[in-house]
Amino acid sequence: MRWVNRQLRRPERLFLGGVPIALLLLLYLFAAAQRHSLNPADKILPLPSGMIQSMSVLMSQPDPLSGRLIFLADTLASLERLGLGIGIATLMALVVGLALGVLPPVRATFGPLVTGIAVIPPIALLPILFIALGLGETAKVALIVLGIAPVMVRDIAAHVAALPREQIIKAQTLGAGSWQIMIRVALPQAMPRLLQTVRLSLGPAWVFLISAEAIASDVGLGYRIFLVRRYLSMDVIIPYVAWIALLAILMDLALATLSRRLFPWAHGANH
Amino acid sequence: MSALLSLRGIWVEYGDKIVLEKMDLDVEAGSFVSIVGPSGAGKSSFLRVVLGQEVPSRGQILLDGAPLAPECGPDRGVVFQRYSVFPHLTVLGNTVFGLECAQAPLSARLFGSARRAAMAEATAMLNAVGLGDSLHLYPAQMSGGMQQRLAIAQALIKRPRILLLDEPFGALDPGIRADMHTLIRKLWSDYALTIIMVTHDIREAFSLGTRVLALDKRRHDPHAPHRYGATAVYDILLDRNDRAERALESITVDSKGNNQEGAA
Repeated sequence: MRWVNRQLRRPERLFLGGVPIALLLLLYLFAAAQRHSLNPADKILPLPSGMIQSMSVLMSQPDPLSGRLIFLADTLASLERLGLGIGIATLMALVVGLALGVLPPVRATFGPLVTGIAVIPPIALLPILFIALGLGETAKVALIVLGIAPVMVRDIAAHVAALPREQIIKAQTLGAGSWQIMIRVALPQAMPRLLQTVRLSLGPAWVFLISAEAIASDVGLGYRIFLVRRYLSMDVIIPYVAWIALLAILMDLALATLSRRLFPWAHGANH
Repeated sequence: MSALLSLRGIWVEYGDKIVLEKMDLDVEAGSFVSIVGPSGAGKSSFLRVVLGQEVPSRGQILLDGAPLAPECGPDRGVVFQRYSVFPHLTVLGNTVFGLECAQAPLSARLFGSARRAAMAEATAMLNAVGLGDSLHLYPAQMSGGMQQRLAIAQALIKRPRILLLDEPFGALDPGIRADMHTLIRKLWSDYALTIIMVTHDIREAFSLGTRVLALDKRRHDPHAPHRYGATAVYDILLDRNDRAERALESITVDSKGNNQEGAA
């Protein structure tokens, strides 16, 4: 049978999907054990026991300066920045993208500006943000927004502009004006695409969050990783990175599920 | 006899390409006009001009004696071959939409008793097109024929002065198409509709219409074919019932869709 025709059952898919991950973990454990047998104090490839030990300290013992549990404080601070940034960018994508996509005069006026902003590398704007907005939370959230919003706006605008012309004409023959077409025809059909765009923007959003935290912060997942780097604390960095990956996967799954629940009409014929 | 829709010397040009030239037409209320013609003869341009989607480069269109606004409006309903229903709304939602737009300019949604009244009106209209059992399906769950029934109900609920059909049954299989012919004939007489239908199917044009217009170029310049536009070369009035059948037999049609008997 040709490989293009090979359909796998669910248990088979789960097994096959797990194999490379398990192999990679095994490879790591093997290499770590190898290094530790040569040098018991090795810091480059820590053993799981070492990671659990350092993480349990970060999770359970309050920081002597701030009095907060470090791991929890880092997670909450990062999620708050990420949530604010993605939230603002999503709202902008919806409002601006919808107007750009539906209304030709708005597209003519602001289209070039949005395109212009979108081609600027956001990290290059970071110094400007720090100078203009200070080193506080605002600059970090602003970096996430500036980093992901232009792409999201353009994506939603393009999606809305690509709605079949027949639909827009039909709506007008049913008596709908520009505003009514925006909120009843374009907005609902942009929503599934918006969730899709947010899912795709999660990766860049994390990049900008970690960058901002690495440069100027006193709490956050990215701050911690870059702080402990000075001590070669791979036993903290690796669990933190794994935790970030887990958070990102959970957000992605949540958005995908939400889209299927809220917009069944956008997910295939049989709902 | 005053015409419902009048075209006075309509020209449609794209750059130096002339699509329609000097088209004059009067459509009486209650008629069912079928428009046939070869591909590229301006059938779609004609429909877009009447719909208001496109402004003619010359000439005037009058609806009920008043010049037509160069924009689509609720006085002209339309059913396209595809994409004329909203995929994100159920059958009922699609049909109620027209009523909501008229009654709620800001929210385009109705609540309470106004909503119940609109739903009842929409349900009655959907029963008339045979979708009474599918009120809560989404378009993606329905066959092409059902989607076209929905598109018709959606348009009719606005009580348009003219219903424009752009190859509405072109994508349907023959059995469904026959059902749709029966339906559109019934709706035409029940609701006293005025219909303009563009079609590729000559048989359909003659069996449904009370009048058949054939669009084609009168003149042809072999060195600059785009410089002559099409216009109505045949305008055949059919007396319904008996004459439709005879017309079908007596007229032969060549591969270009032209009437050879008339041309000879």
